[in-house]
Amino acid sequence: MATLSTTAGPVRQISRSRALLNLLRDGDELAHAVTLTFGASILVITFLLIYELWIHSTLSRQKFGFSFFFTSTWDPNFGQFGSWPFIYGTLVTTAISLIIAVPLGIGAAIFLSELAPPKLSRGLSFVIDLLAAVPSVIYGLLAVFTLVPLMRHTIEPFLKRNLGFLPLFKGPAYGVGFLTAGIVLAVMIVPYIISVSREVLLAVPQDQREASLGLGATRWETTWKVVVSYAGAGIMGSVFLSMARALGETMAVTMVIGNQPKVAASLLSPGYSIASVIANEFAEATADLHLSALTELGLVLLALTLVLNGMARVLIIMTARKGSGVAQ
Amino acid sequence: MTARTIWRKSLNALMLSITGICALVTVSTLFLILGFLVWNGARSLHWTFFTNLPAPTGEIGGGIANAILGSAKLLLVAASIGIPIGLIGAIYLAEYAGAKWAFFIRYAADLMNGVPSIVIGIFAYTIVVVSMHHFSALAGGFALGIMMIPVILRSCEEFLKAVPRSLREGAMALGASKWRTILTVVVPAASGGIITAILLALARVAGETAPLLFTAFGNQFWSSGFNQPTAALPVVIYNYAMSSYEDLHQQAWAAGLVLLGLVLVTNLLTRMVLGRQTAQGR
Repeated sequence: MATLSTTAGPVRQISRSRALLNLLRDGDELAHAVTLTFGASILVITFLLIYELWIHSTLSRQKFGFSFFFTSTWDPNFGQFGSWPFIYGTLVTTAISLIIAVPLGIGAAIFLSELAPPKLSRGLSFVIDLLAAVPSVIYGLLAVFTLVPLMRHTIEPFLKRNLGFLPLFKGPAYGVGFLTAGIVLAVMIVPYIISVSREVLLAVPQDQREASLGLGATRWETTWKVVVSYAGAGIMGSVFLSMARALGETMAVTMVIGNQPKVAASLLSPGYSIASVIANEFAEATADLHLSALTELGLVLLALTLVLNGMARVLIIMTARKGSGVAQ
Repeated sequence: MTARTIWRKSLNALMLSITGICALVTVSTLFLILGFLVWNGARSLHWTFFTNLPAPTGEIGGGIANAILGSAKLLLVAASIGIPIGLIGAIYLAEYAGAKWAFFIRYAADLMNGVPSIVIGIFAYTIVVVSMHHFSALAGGFALGIMMIPVILRSCEEFLKAVPRSLREGAMALGASKWRTILTVVVPAASGGIITAILLALARVAGETAPLLFTAFGNQFWSSGFNQPTAALPVVIYNYAMSSYEDLHQQAWAAGLVLLGLVLVTNLLTRMVLGRQTAQGR
């Protein structure tokens, strides 16, 4: 910094302008202020996002209160808005996707971090990163024309024949519905589970593995009882992250869930989700109350994802710190 | 070997092969997706598909020229919002911020990154569409720009931090002030990574559909300027796939192939260049 310039001559005027110059440190304070403004704008945007959704859902929040979440009549023509079918659909599809994706994703992450030779692991991780970059409308497109017919003609009749005694697999096979949406979501969130879990597993210190193997444990016992349990919090974090993705995923779900506001026990039944109803109705909603109700649904999604993401970050940071703490 | 050892060894082999199968299943999904798209989409790809407007409803043929231009416009608006805020914010995080502020900004960026795109769409609607009273390319681009900010911010910060300390110290020892050092030494040194981050962020928002449905809305024709509703590639895919015409389904496949091609090629190229750079750096 240019503060070491000569100050031999005690001339008042010069020293004043120099004081100003020192204050700005050749424009450095200014640069600091400008970059701070841009950096802080992300905080402003986050607060503005919450504020806008809160303000624009006032009408619906005041009229329906908490009954908004527990009633099932959604009738824009008569100004009746109960969002239970959408919340139910979102929860069911997310649950199905997690049941499929979590074991698959953690299994693949274990393979990539513990077993595969580094070169193969890097190559496969590259492909998985590419999978995460595939736009959701592409997943929807493929699901509509390949998975839905497959579900209708093959998988759903099969499930009904063999498991039809369960209420989960009753009713006609439409092809579209909770189960199909859940499967598509599972395919979409697996890459996230894998890439975050892999990072967390790689952060487990090597001496943990060596100690376990040295005690005579098999590779699998070491992986499962030592490495995975050590990285447990971080893996949990990756599950929360992908759960937030599944909750908010819109296009692919809208294309295969059937878009009928039903609360049905059968997974084969068509349903609806929070994100889908926003996607389908927002552009055409004219009544203020309707827009407000849809915005309130957006607020619900925002709150859920903020909480899940917040917890996930904390868990992942915790695991990373634990790893580096022991290694040092 | 005792029965117990045999059990442990076979469990070991079994579980390890299951993890391999998990990886194989996941990775093969990408090739399935690519295969299906090429198989179904390549048939409809034709030069006129890139140069023509959509045909009137019910007629065969037509193209997606307006959607390609529309997507380009949306990305232009998005870039002019997302790049300055993301990049300059990243400079703040990497060069100026104290630990406390940096933590809050990073945390907010990570949270924003996880916000569903449809919620960002509602945000853009309440900010831009409500005040302009109509759908527009500007509103759609605003939504995409907001989505770009956290992606660019976080990755650019990493690249800026990776610039060796000695470079900074060298510049400062020559008498450059901090901001001159950043502008003329640090940012150019990290420029490869910064460009990569920007391209990846653009590729990511280029495929976003949900926030455009009620901001850019869609358009059967050309849209002039940024003030009108505009067609966009992903929205066209969605609308065509959900329509009941076989010909439009074909076009949806073809448009899907174009979109996925653009996204994957951008990803492949940037990640390969990035991989080479980091390899050299080490």
